[in-house]
Amino acid sequence: MSTKSKSIETKTDFNQDERLKKVSKLRLLLNRPELGALGGAILVFIFFGIVAGDTGMFSAYGILNFLDVSANLGIIAIAAAMLMIGGEFDLSIGSMIGFAGICIAIPAIYWGWPLWMSIIFAFSMAVLVGYFNGILVVRTGLPSFIVTLAMLFILRGATLAITRLITGRTQVPGLRVLIEDDPLAWIFATDTFKWVFTWLGSMNLIALRTDGTPLATGIPPSVIWFIVLTIISTWILMKTRYGNWIFASGGDKNGANNVGVPVGRVKISLFIGTAVAATIFATIQVLDAGSADTMRGTLKELEAIAAAVVGGCLLTGGYGSAIGAAFGALIFGTVSMGIFYTDVDTDWFKVFLGAMMLIAVIFNNYIRRKVTESK
Amino acid sequence: MQDYLVQFNNISKFFGKVIALKDVTMKLRKGEIMCLLGDNGAGKSTLIKTLAGVHKPDEGEIIVEGKKTIFDSPKDALDMGIATVYQDLALVSLMSVTRNFFMGREPLKGPPFFRTFDIDKANKIAAERMGQIGIDIRDPSQAVGTMSGGERQCLAISRAIYFGAKVLVLDEPTSALGVHQASVVLKYIVKAASQGLAVILITHNVHHAYPVGNSFTVLNRGKSLGTYAKKNITREKLLSMMAGGEELNKLEVELQEMNRSSTN
Repeated sequence: MSTKSKSIETKTDFNQDERLKKVSKLRLLLNRPELGALGGAILVFIFFGIVAGDTGMFSAYGILNFLDVSANLGIIAIAAAMLMIGGEFDLSIGSMIGFAGICIAIPAIYWGWPLWMSIIFAFSMAVLVGYFNGILVVRTGLPSFIVTLAMLFILRGATLAITRLITGRTQVPGLRVLIEDDPLAWIFATDTFKWVFTWLGSMNLIALRTDGTPLATGIPPSVIWFIVLTIISTWILMKTRYGNWIFASGGDKNGANNVGVPVGRVKISLFIGTAVAATIFATIQVLDAGSADTMRGTLKELEAIAAAVVGGCLLTGGYGSAIGAAFGALIFGTVSMGIFYTDVDTDWFKVFLGAMMLIAVIFNNYIRRKVTESK
Repeated sequence: MQDYLVQFNNISKFFGKVIALKDVTMKLRKGEIMCLLGDNGAGKSTLIKTLAGVHKPDEGEIIVEGKKTIFDSPKDALDMGIATVYQDLALVSLMSVTRNFFMGREPLKGPPFFRTFDIDKANKIAAERMGQIGIDIRDPSQAVGTMSGGERQCLAISRAIYFGAKVLVLDEPTSALGVHQASVVLKYIVKAASQGLAVILITHNVHHAYPVGNSFTVLNRGKSLGTYAKKNITREKLLSMMAGGEELNKLEVELQEMNRSSTN
């Protein structure tokens, strides 16, 4: 059905390669949404390199510390960014984190389920919550902001109520002993590349404990998840048909529908994505802490959206990148940990977070105007 | 009769008590441009949606290449080769030319489950197609937002042709454009028709329609005032046939009387 019609006119002799060379690498880079976040991250590292370069911040232990915090935020920020590119918000991410934690802990501790089954149960619940969010937004046409705000309260309330009903408390400890020998839990609870750190320790290149083992024992699971999710998400957005549909759904819902993009299905799948990402976040944290807390993840949805915005996502949808969100998360994680190594009072972190977001929004808005304005 | 590529015979559409369309008939041959003229509220939008398969006609028949058909959905119409380019063009201004061109119909490559959007092929085709219309896009990965209105219109039409349109239904393609841009788009429409497409050009602008049309159907209050071949009708006659004609004559008379009474 494709190349039926012959060339209609060959007025311009078109030589693509010749013309492409005229566009400089720099201009191509300027058109990328993650540029701001990349620049921001570089600035942050330069800043802390100067201010806190001689403290422990850039020791192996210090680096892993802020990478861990960044990675945890990054896991949900990437999913939030994908959803934002698809034109919607999810404010229930934070509540989903608390809910997923309880979904793992209660069956495992109180109902005697094996840990792997509880984890699968939590992910199934995440798919359900995400699907429900998505179908509600798609079917009613209501703004996702309101629908997921309602879900924020419902999920958090249900988490509290159910936990208190079953356990009489708001925390469920005692998970740590279950991790060993579990066929699934290791994916969320294993430090990797331990041999590298053991070797570095034996060469006296990194700090050691008094018993001779290195202080930093391995790459935390969150960092691996974070990197893998960044790569997969970027691949989806840039290289797949589904990625094109995400941009189209967020850019112009009706237009996309008219040319055959299944906008509803795309949006629902993205809502499932944020809920699943929240559950990955929750599983890692619950297994790391050995306990679940009903208040875990509070306000995380806003941090995730902030990271996505700093990463170049437009609030109106249709534009953004997963790598950008990853850099956004890296900025926030680095500053929130780095601030401990400076003389600055940690209270100032929130001020920084807000200011950073404001600058990013103004910058993004400028970029959007530049991209959409006709010549 | 086989001669006609597409025929819409006595199409009627009712919304409750409202008669939106009544006995509208249009027949097109290959390479023909039919202009559908009508003022606001004449039933143009309803007719477009009926042609595109959004509405099912309550009366009348649609015959494509000699076969009677019923469109259950816009997809049915598209599969029969009837492509509608709406005023909003279904373009996303933040996305690149290529990504827009193939939106919803991306070429794929690679093994199952790892199939990726073949962006190199897509870029090449998009650049080629735009080059053929004489639109200079240095880089098919530039955002559609950077293109002019006329270029966007041409992109949307070019996309419809590439994906196998036999009949193009164009909804007010020149209404938002300046004189020069409009003439570029009209030229492209004539070229497309000369390649064997049938074009239904919906407009309220007789000055845009008259130079390019082979025949003209005037719609007024949901009814067709008839279809005229170009040699049988003048631009002025068409103008006055559109709802505005009588009204404007009346207005002229009234204004003259007002003038007379004020000068007295």
